[in-house]
Amino acid sequence: MNLAKTWLRTGFQWAERALGLFFSDAWNPLFNLGALGFFYYWVVAVSGIYVYIFFDTGTTEAYDSIEYLTRDQWYLGGVMRSLHRYASDGMVLMMGIHMLREFSLDRYRGSRWFTWFTGVPIFWLVIVCGITGYWLVWDELAQYIAIATTELLDTLPIFGEPIAGNFLTPGSLDDRFFTLMIFIHIAAPLILLFILWIHLQRVSRPRINPPRGLAVGTFLMLVALSFVFPAESQGPADLGVVPATVDLDWYYLAGYPLIDLWPGWLVWSFAGTVTLILAVLPWMPPMRRTTGAVVNLDNCNGCARCVDDCPFNAVVMAPRSDGLAFDQEAVVNSDLCVGCGICAGACPTSTPFRRRREMVPGIDLADRPLKGVREQIEAVTSELSGARRVLIVGCDHGVPVAGLDIPNTAMIAMPCIGALPPSFIDFVFSRDLADGVCLAGCGEGECFNRFGVRWTEDRVARERDPYLRRRVPRERIALCWAASSERHRLEGAVQGFIATLPEAADSPPAMPPQQGVTVDA
Amino acid sequence: MRSVLRYLGQAAVYGVIAVILGYFSVAPAYRHLPEEDSQVKISFAHGAKPKGECRRLTAAEIAELAPNMRRPTSCPRERLPLLLEFELDGNRMFSESLPPTGLAGDGPSRIYRTFPVAAGRHHVVVRMRDSDRTEGYDYEREAVVELVPRQIFVIGFKADTGNFVFVGAER
Repeated sequence: MNLAKTWLRTGFQWAERALGLFFSDAWNPLFNLGALGFFYYWVVAVSGIYVYIFFDTGTTEAYDSIEYLTRDQWYLGGVMRSLHRYASDGMVLMMGIHMLREFSLDRYRGSRWFTWFTGVPIFWLVIVCGITGYWLVWDELAQYIAIATTELLDTLPIFGEPIAGNFLTPGSLDDRFFTLMIFIHIAAPLILLFILWIHLQRVSRPRINPPRGLAVGTFLMLVALSFVFPAESQGPADLGVVPATVDLDWYYLAGYPLIDLWPGWLVWSFAGTVTLILAVLPWMPPMRRTTGAVVNLDNCNGCARCVDDCPFNAVVMAPRSDGLAFDQEAVVNSDLCVGCGICAGACPTSTPFRRRREMVPGIDLADRPLKGVREQIEAVTSELSGARRVLIVGCDHGVPVAGLDIPNTAMIAMPCIGALPPSFIDFVFSRDLADGVCLAGCGEGECFNRFGVRWTEDRVARERDPYLRRRVPRERIALCWAASSERHRLEGAVQGFIATLPEAADSPPAMPPQQGVTVDA
Repeated sequence: MRSVLRYLGQAAVYGVIAVILGYFSVAPAYRHLPEEDSQVKISFAHGAKPKGECRRLTAAEIAELAPNMRRPTSCPRERLPLLLEFELDGNRMFSESLPPTGLAGDGPSRIYRTFPVAAGRHHVVVRMRDSDRTEGYDYEREAVVELVPRQIFVIGFKADTGNFVFVGAER
């Protein structure tokens, strides 16, 4: 399993970098797979409504009405039909890549099981939508699908009469059958939308719309494809003739050859086993749970920054329970908490300067408290000497910083780069513990905890609370985002950053604070 | 210049995605049946005779029944299995005992089977036994059929006419 993930991860990283040559990180299609899937859903919905206006439910009328759209009204109806098909295919493509990428990034276990688990019925519902859609055209492909599907359904002991018997002879099919199919074809996407909503319930700030540029680009692609290669039917269905050769839409119908090759029970067993494996994958094996975040009410003033920053909706505000003069207090839902520590990184009380009293932030990780991080920073930096001393703060999901071999650097690892409060950077420079700080998190667009990289960038840029203090020399901070396998890239970026630091330990930085260097690995 | 190249690169990426989308939406073609073959389908539902004879109830037995349930005879509920045979050009293609459906075994026996057959002239024989006889058949029909490539020839059974129904080319 880990080997498969590593291979997939390597492949995705290669593809992400290749796409990065032409797309910004915001527009990179691989960083917007879920949002693209949603976008295609809406394209399918709008184009489907248009096609439905002209669709007739009847054994001959169905085919004729689609042919009218394709031939007579090719400039609009035909394009709408093609958009309907290609956006549907795009949805399956995005969904498949989305699943593989989340699997490769290990973003499906632990508290994330719910999102993965609810994605499994989405997969099947999308397939049902596609099958019923192709069925409605009532061409040779539809005939093949209808017979193969009903023959497969008949292997289940739930139907009294074989429903494949409805497709025996040209006279055996009733117009009302198409009414049933159109009902299923409309109901299934609505149910799908409802499950998509459930799918995102445990995701904070889900990205369901791609960036405008990417949306425009992908839509123009679909329109161009619709004009160049319009969707067409495959000859009218004739129940007296076998559709011997069909042009399958492999995105939706790739499993159909199995129906011909295998007995029905084996097809159902295979589909059931695949579904079961996908459903229980988050527990194969289960992710080791951390204790998660805990709230210390003595230091919580109910500011709700932790709620804003939590990527998994694991922190909520509740009425104050301890009698202090604040309206609310933070409450952690341990079932949803992944233990990333981003909440502690957002807490204004997470200040390492506190010495007289014990350092206990309002919210902190129970098993990796920030007090320990401060002690660790002091310990590892005490071994640095001379000029260009650098502290590298890594994260558990990026490049393992402990293995870096760069002279005069000290390393610590956080559960997520977003767990480091900006005040800790201020602390390092104020105490002269290092001459530079390199924040090394996950690769751009693939932060394991979704917002660790984004919040860190915003905090360091002084655009998000808690802000990095103005007195901190920005040019002495490097942001190095690199995926776990990109050790050499990170080393190169860190060495490049070190070269920008003044050679003498007491030399002031050359650039004004606001125009600092960002080393993007 | 750099941004122009980036947009050109994006257009190329969209082009590749479009080709992938367009190609696999219709290709490669899948051959479900050799183009020169035709297909024979057997599909029908028919209830065989009850398993055992009806027995006339005695007056005492009838009296024991609820007034609205009284009847002169008692018949076994379960049906016999159907024995069905299908021969093509003297070769036995199918011979099976089809059990009755239903939890109590009182429903009709059902069959839905397809057989790929080379196109051309064929001698078709279909026989069925729906009684407790141990030899011979209760229904039998044969025909010479001329099947063209990809044609579907359907064999059904209609209890009201009491025999098999052939739908398709028949001579």
